Amino acid sequence: MTIPALELKEVRKTFLKKKQKGRLSRAKREEVVALEKVNLAVQRREIFGVLGPNGSGKSTLIRLVSTLLLPDSGTIEVFGHDVEKEEFVVKRLINRVSVDAAFFKKFSPMENLTYAARLYGMPIREAREKMRQIMLRLGLKESTFTQPMENMSRGMQQKVAVARGFLTSPTLLLLDEPTTGLDPQSKRDVQAFVREIREDHDATVLLTTHDMEEANRLCDRIAIIDEGKIIALDTAGGLKNLVSKRNGQEPTLEDVFIELTGTRMEEKERDE
Amino acid sequence: MSAIMREMRSAYAFVERNINLIKRYWGWEIVWLIYSLVNSLAVTYIGAGMERISGQALDTQYLITYLLVGTLIWSYLSVIFYAISEMIAWERWEGTIEYTFMAPVSRPTHLVGTTLFAIGYGVVRTLVILVIVASFFHLDLSGANIPGAVLLLLAGSVSFVGLGILAAVLPLLYPERGAQMTNAAAALLLLISGVYYPVETLPAWLQMIAKASPATYVIEGMRGCLLHGARTVTLLPTVFLLFSAGIAVITVGLIVFRFMERYAKRTGRLKRSG
Repeated sequence: MTIPALELKEVRKTFLKKKQKGRLSRAKREEVVALEKVNLAVQRREIFGVLGPNGSGKSTLIRLVSTLLLPDSGTIEVFGHDVEKEEFVVKRLINRVSVDAAFFKKFSPMENLTYAARLYGMPIREAREKMRQIMLRLGLKESTFTQPMENMSRGMQQKVAVARGFLTSPTLLLLDEPTTGLDPQSKRDVQAFVREIREDHDATVLLTTHDMEEANRLCDRIAIIDEGKIIALDTAGGLKNLVSKRNGQEPTLEDVFIELTGTRMEEKERDE
Repeated sequence: MSAIMREMRSAYAFVERNINLIKRYWGWEIVWLIYSLVNSLAVTYIGAGMERISGQALDTQYLITYLLVGTLIWSYLSVIFYAISEMIAWERWEGTIEYTFMAPVSRPTHLVGTTLFAIGYGVVRTLVILVIVASFFHLDLSGANIPGAVLLLLAGSVSFVGLGILAAVLPLLYPERGAQMTNAAAALLLLISGVYYPVETLPAWLQMIAKASPATYVIEGMRGCLLHGARTVTLLPTVFLLFSAGIAVITVGLIVFRFMERYAKRTGRLKRSG
């Protein structure tokens, strides 16, 4: 039997959130369920999408796989390695691109990527050539490589974030809303690169997004997550088949989301 | 071999990152250096002015050297303390903490890199201050035991590395106020360690706490070396004490850090940038 690239079994994660305190009373804490008994398996070379509104548990899921959070219960395995018990093995197999391009803002892309390469123990000469190639492939101009990140646009910073994520050749790449806030051209560049990573480098991709179109275009299979629970999991076509045609029109993933949750994704996000 | 190379490269990441931070924030560096320099001068001039203040004949030269040793050693030890305790705070300020914690770097490797930088930076910075401050006063160190002083300082650095790790836990747990809490810890060490006055000047209960501060032994030993030319052999018990206490504090620091890192991962505290 083939070992899945990623497997979550009965994963539960809660956080304690401070409630507003009164003048004389101490702040009380209430439990917020971020993920509730999540089960899923992502196969090798798959681009697997997790689609849901803000606050649905997508980023928590990515952080758990990234070893940045520990689950309350359940197990998470990356290529058969438990993220808690074999943390360092897992860390060598993964990398992550998040929605916020977090960098040392006064450093240049090359300095930031050199820091990342050294952290992963990469030989620096080889790493520098790889950085150049990835950044050029993503459409960044060579003149920007040595400019401070704080002078770059959000789109350019996000491309450097993608370059950092792929620099270490992860076999499982975790993309947490990597195209949010990007202009259409930057979005297309990043999406094309994600496809290329899978085709040319045998990588598996876990992609969270709230962009229906992106999920439809990129993902082999999509899980719809809402309030910490996976409420549907199939190919884009399979998910659309859950919903009957309206006025003779093919349903969209948005229709599927409304059908399954009873509300539009934007409304869910407004309620958060 | 390749595993050792990989760890060395990872450790060097923190050295290079900190050097780059100094280059990028050079304005802050200059301000901070001027502050330390002026502070050292101001404290040392208290010694120079004591005869006038008290109206009595005093050994001014001794007082000047006494205060200068305190201020310079404190400058060095506090740099070690801050450089290590800020290993997390910088990542919080820049928002990169999740990426550093996601990388396959063990905390001892993280510490080795940060310590190498801290000691190098501390030595260079203290030498710059020493050269400038020395030009204001006539210092006679002809009878001083310099090798003994260096030995003592190295042993004291080990303890301050351990204290730095313990202080680094604060920004890990408290994203908004952790860095300020490390300032309070440093201020307490300054008060009790006899930096500017003999520990015996303090109330009895503070003298008890002073015994737990490695800086107390480093500064006392350094004064012995530089003011009285204490022989190296007489320093060995203190060097041994400082070194073993340092190893113990580093071990405890790493255990506490590991425990708190897991706590931060359970409660989601790595996420907020502060």
